[in-house]
Amino acid sequence: MTITRLFLAAATAAVALTSAAAFAQTKTVAITAIVEHPALDATRDGVIEALKAAGYTPGDTLKVEYQSAQGNPATAAQIARQFAGARPDVIVPISTPSAQAVVASTRDIPVVFTAVTDPVGAQLVRSLDKPGANVTGVSDMAPVAEHVALIREIVPSVKRLGVLYNAGEPNSVSLVKALKAEAQKAGLTVVEATATKSADAQPAARSLVGKADAIYVPLDNTVVSALESVVAVGQQAKLPVFSADTDSVARGTVASIGFDYRQVGRQTGEAVVRILKGEKPGDVPVTFAKGTDLFVNPKSAAAMGVTIPEAVIQRATKVVGQ
Amino acid sequence: MSEIAFFGAVEIGLVYALVALGVYLSFRVLDFPDLTVDGSFPLGAAVCATLLVAGVNPWIASLVAALAGSMAGLVTATLNVRFKILHLLASILTMIALFSVNLRIMGRPNVALLMQDTVLTPFYGLGLPDHVVRPLVVLVVVVVIVLLLSRFLNSEFGLAMRATGVNARMARAQGVQTDFHIYAGMALSNGLCALAGALFAQTNGFADVTTGIGTIVVGLAAVIVGETVLPARAMLWALVGCVVGSILYRLAVQLALSADAIGLQASDLNLVTAVLVAVALILPRMRLKAASKKREAAR
Repeated sequence: MTITRLFLAAATAAVALTSAAAFAQTKTVAITAIVEHPALDATRDGVIEALKAAGYTPGDTLKVEYQSAQGNPATAAQIARQFAGARPDVIVPISTPSAQAVVASTRDIPVVFTAVTDPVGAQLVRSLDKPGANVTGVSDMAPVAEHVALIREIVPSVKRLGVLYNAGEPNSVSLVKALKAEAQKAGLTVVEATATKSADAQPAARSLVGKADAIYVPLDNTVVSALESVVAVGQQAKLPVFSADTDSVARGTVASIGFDYRQVGRQTGEAVVRILKGEKPGDVPVTFAKGTDLFVNPKSAAAMGVTIPEAVIQRATKVVGQ
Repeated sequence: MSEIAFFGAVEIGLVYALVALGVYLSFRVLDFPDLTVDGSFPLGAAVCATLLVAGVNPWIASLVAALAGSMAGLVTATLNVRFKILHLLASILTMIALFSVNLRIMGRPNVALLMQDTVLTPFYGLGLPDHVVRPLVVLVVVVVIVLLLSRFLNSEFGLAMRATGVNARMARAQGVQTDFHIYAGMALSNGLCALAGALFAQTNGFADVTTGIGTIVVGLAAVIVGETVLPARAMLWALVGCVVGSILYRLAVQLALSADAIGLQASDLNLVTAVLVAVALILPRMRLKAASKKREAAR
């Protein structure tokens, strides 16, 4: 009799405990990055911010675990295994190698990658719209569509857009492909000029004079390293030069739109929240990060014969060269 | 430590055991401090991944990767033996050159293998969970290589190679062609590292140009930890020590990853790992000292 009563009491206590736990609904999100780096750290902070905004409080209803591989891919692989074993509600890998290691380690825990340029090329997902399986995320591919829109806003007369890149750089090649698709939508023709080494950048830029109404420089290592020579051609020929990255604006390009990585993190966090609320990762489409940093260089623009509209300067995050 | 994390540590330890065996060959047997491994490990990953994407059989791809690593070892050996460049510098030259070579081979910084067939594919779905299958397959490869290496190093050729490392002048006096043995040893050593790179790429789903960073440190740590926990005279046990050392190193990293419980941050990982390995090296020595003191006191 007493034993039965004891058993009953224990059972009631157990039920009470489990229901209390269910009420608290603590969710665990495990985040990992390949290395500590300002952009990657900002992404992580953005993810946590978005979770907070959705009502998950760290330390109360949310447990955040963070590991950095300190630049070592073998450690990244080991962190991936650790997370797969700890079974959090969602794993958020930041950067391509971290994401690949995590995806190789689990087939059922939801994964929301971020700061990955080419998720399909990295074989993280089969398609962007319907990723399927347990993986979705946010890509930080250059916001080409936004760049085309910006160029058209600053140079309304643009019909032919010159693009200057090294055909040996895979990132540039895929970006130029995306650029062509976007340009076609906007009714522009893309004129290509390629440079295989930095010294070829200037002649390649010159070859665009008369053939293009503006030059677009993607984040291409070869051309960006010789950017000044391209800017010089732009000034001599009154041909405005735009860049894919915001850093180049200070070096003389007219304007660019780039990422605020904290915002990229928030966008990622929103996808995490959808999954915590019960959606399947495979049903959440992969999104592209929105560029929120607008850098303009009015002085350079003037030297290249264009005036940046007041509206653009008004919403710029940074006006260079004043 | 969860079961998956434990098996993960063992798996990565076994993959890097091949690096440890390679480093044992160059560093201990040949007395040749060789930094080429930081380049030959990702070279193996790059060659294997590129071939897998091209549809080559995974075992053949791994073998070709190992051969590519041997070539890299031969380059370092040539720079040192033929052109008299200091071994450390010769290996650094090969290592930095390999970074560009690896980029060329892959055509981009990262090649994904998540959807490719690998040497592991046929073993998945045989009833065992993935996280057990991976270390098992790597274990088989490692055991075969340890047995072959042990036989090799105990053969006449292997003994001559060991003599070359211990005392080259003496070996030459005995009629050993020391130069040839340095070529062979360096090729074998870097071939093993490249094979490790190929297995790493296949078990983790990617080859990345950055995968080489710190390989030599991990290999050396494994060799030294192995020598400390398994002091052995026989060649076979010395090689087993490399494998054990490599696994212990990974378990130390695993412990370091869980160190947040005692107030450490993710960014402290490398420091914690270094401290754990240092402790592993110091403890047996202290035990030895204590034992000898006891013996003296008893006298």
